[in-house]
Amino acid sequence: MDLVKPEIGLLFWMTLTFGIVLFILSKYAWKPIMNSIKEREDSISNALNAAEDARKAMDSLKSSNEKLLQEARIERDKMLKEASELKDSIIAQAKKSADDEFRKKMASVTEEIEKQKIGAMNELKTQVAILSVDMAEKILRKKMEDRTQQEAFVNENLKSISLN
Amino acid sequence: MTRSKSKITKYLIPFFLIIFYVAYAGIKMAYADEPKNEIAPTPEKTEISASVHSPESEVVSEHKSEKLDAGKMILEHIADAHDWHIAGHLSIPLPIIIKDATGFKFFSSSRFEHGHAAYLGYKIVENKIAAVNEDGTVIQDASFYDLSITKNVASMFFAVFTLLWIMLSIAGRYKKDSLRAPKGIQSLVEPLIIFLRDEVVKPSIGPKYEKFLPYLLTIFFFIFINNLFGLIPFMPGGANVTGNIAITLVLATFTFVITSYNGNKGYWKHIVLPPGVPMWLLPMMIPIEIIGTLNKPIVLMIRLFANITAGHIIILGFLSLIFIFAEMNAGLGYGVSIVSVSFSVFMYMLELLVAFLQAYVFTLLSSLYFGAAVEEHHTEDHH
Repeated sequence: MDLVKPEIGLLFWMTLTFGIVLFILSKYAWKPIMNSIKEREDSISNALNAAEDARKAMDSLKSSNEKLLQEARIERDKMLKEASELKDSIIAQAKKSADDEFRKKMASVTEEIEKQKIGAMNELKTQVAILSVDMAEKILRKKMEDRTQQEAFVNENLKSISLN
Repeated sequence: MTRSKSKITKYLIPFFLIIFYVAYAGIKMAYADEPKNEIAPTPEKTEISASVHSPESEVVSEHKSEKLDAGKMILEHIADAHDWHIAGHLSIPLPIIIKDATGFKFFSSSRFEHGHAAYLGYKIVENKIAAVNEDGTVIQDASFYDLSITKNVASMFFAVFTLLWIMLSIAGRYKKDSLRAPKGIQSLVEPLIIFLRDEVVKPSIGPKYEKFLPYLLTIFFFIFINNLFGLIPFMPGGANVTGNIAITLVLATFTFVITSYNGNKGYWKHIVLPPGVPMWLLPMMIPIEIIGTLNKPIVLMIRLFANITAGHIIILGFLSLIFIFAEMNAGLGYGVSIVSVSFSVFMYMLELLVAFLQAYVFTLLSSLYFGAAVEEHHTEDHH
C-alpha cells in the first residue's frame, strides 16, 4: 500500500529540513530562551528569598523594638518606684529631723524655764527674807519702845543663851 | 425558568428555519428534474491502468464522472502530490527534481500537465513520477530518485519557516530583556516550554535532562505546527505532513539514533545481557530485547502517522458523504451536508486536541526512551 511506503524524496527533504531546524532552533532559540527562563526563575526566587529575609529582619527588628520598649518601661517603673521611695525617705527624714529639732528646743526651753523659775524662787526667797527682817525690825522697834520691856527681853534672851 | 425557555426558542427558531429551507430547496430541486446541476459531469472516466490514460491527480469529486469513488478521493487527498491544488482546476506547480543515471533533472511539475504529458522521459502515473518510454509506456524497474519538492515538502517548508520565525523572534525578545514578563506570542509559547521542561522532560530523564531538551522541544513544536498546518484546508496547509510515514519515520529515526548514541553501559547491558535471566534463556531473550528496542521508534512512527491520517480520513469521509448523497439527489446532499458539516466541525475540534496531544505523546515517549538510555542501572545489586 502506497500510504505506508515512505518515499525517498520526502525522506531526504525531511531529514535535511529537520536537521537544519534542529540545529538553528537549538543554537539560536532554545539556548537563549532556556537561559533567560532560568535567569528569570532565579531572579524571581532570589527576589522572593530576599523578601522573606527582609520580612524576617523586620520581624526581629520589631521584636527587638518591643523588647527595648519593654525594658524602657521596666526602667521607668523602677525609676518611679525609686523616686517615690526617695521622696518617702526624704519626707520621713525631714519629719524626724524636724521632730528632733523641736524636741531639742523644747528641752532647752524647759531647762530655761526651770532655771528662770529657780532664779525667781531665789529672788522671791531673798525678798521674803528682807521683808520679814524689815517687818521684824519694825515690830521690834514698836515693841521695844519702853525701857523695861527692853530689859525684860534682853534678860530673857540672855537666859536662853547658855554660855558654856 | 421563562428566561431559559425563551433562550432555547431563540436558538430553535433559526434552526428550524434552516431545516425548512433545506427541505424546501431539496423538494424543489427534486421536482425540477435537474438533480446534477451542482455536480458537473465530466466525460472522463476513472481508469486504473498502467496505460496512457491515467486518472487526474488532484481532482476533487466534483470533476469526477457520475460515480464518486470516495475511498480513492480520500486517499488521494491524504497522499503526497506534485502540485499544490487550490480550487477547481487551479493548482500551483511544484519543482520536480529527479536524479537518475544521467544526472539531476530540474523542472516544473506543470510540464506534466496533471499527468497528461510526459517530459524528459518521465510522467506522473497514479500521483507518482514514473519513467516512461518514448511511446508513453511505463518502465517498471527504472532506477531513479525522485527528490521533488512535493506538496508535503512545500507545506513543511511553510510550517518550518513559521516555526523558525516565531521562535527566533521570541528568542530575540528573551535576549533583549530576560527578566520581563512574557508578552504576545511569547506568553503562548513559554508555558508550553515550561510545561515540557518541568512536566515531561525533567521527570522522564532525570538530572541529565538539559542535554536532550533542545531536541525534545524541537520535535514537539515541529510536530505541533505541522499538525496545525495540516488542519488548514488550503494553502499553506492542506498537506498531510505529519500523517505521512516518511516524516514520522525520520522523526522516529532521530529519536532512535539519539537514544542509541546516548545509551550508557547499563542500557546496553540490559539489552545484550538482561539481568536476572538464566543463561539458557539468553538466545531467546536477546532477540526479544533487540526487537523491543527497535519497536520503540516504530511505535512512535506508526502512532503519529496513524492518528493524523485517521483524523484526516474521518473529516474527508464526512465531507464526501455529502457528495455521495448528492449524487443520488441534490436535496439529500444538502440535507446530509448539515449533519456532515457539524460532524466535521466536531472532528476538527478533536483534531486540534489531537494535534497537541500527538506532539505531546511523541515528546513524552522520546524523553522516556532517553531517560531509559541514560538511567543509572544498578544491575549488580540484583545479583
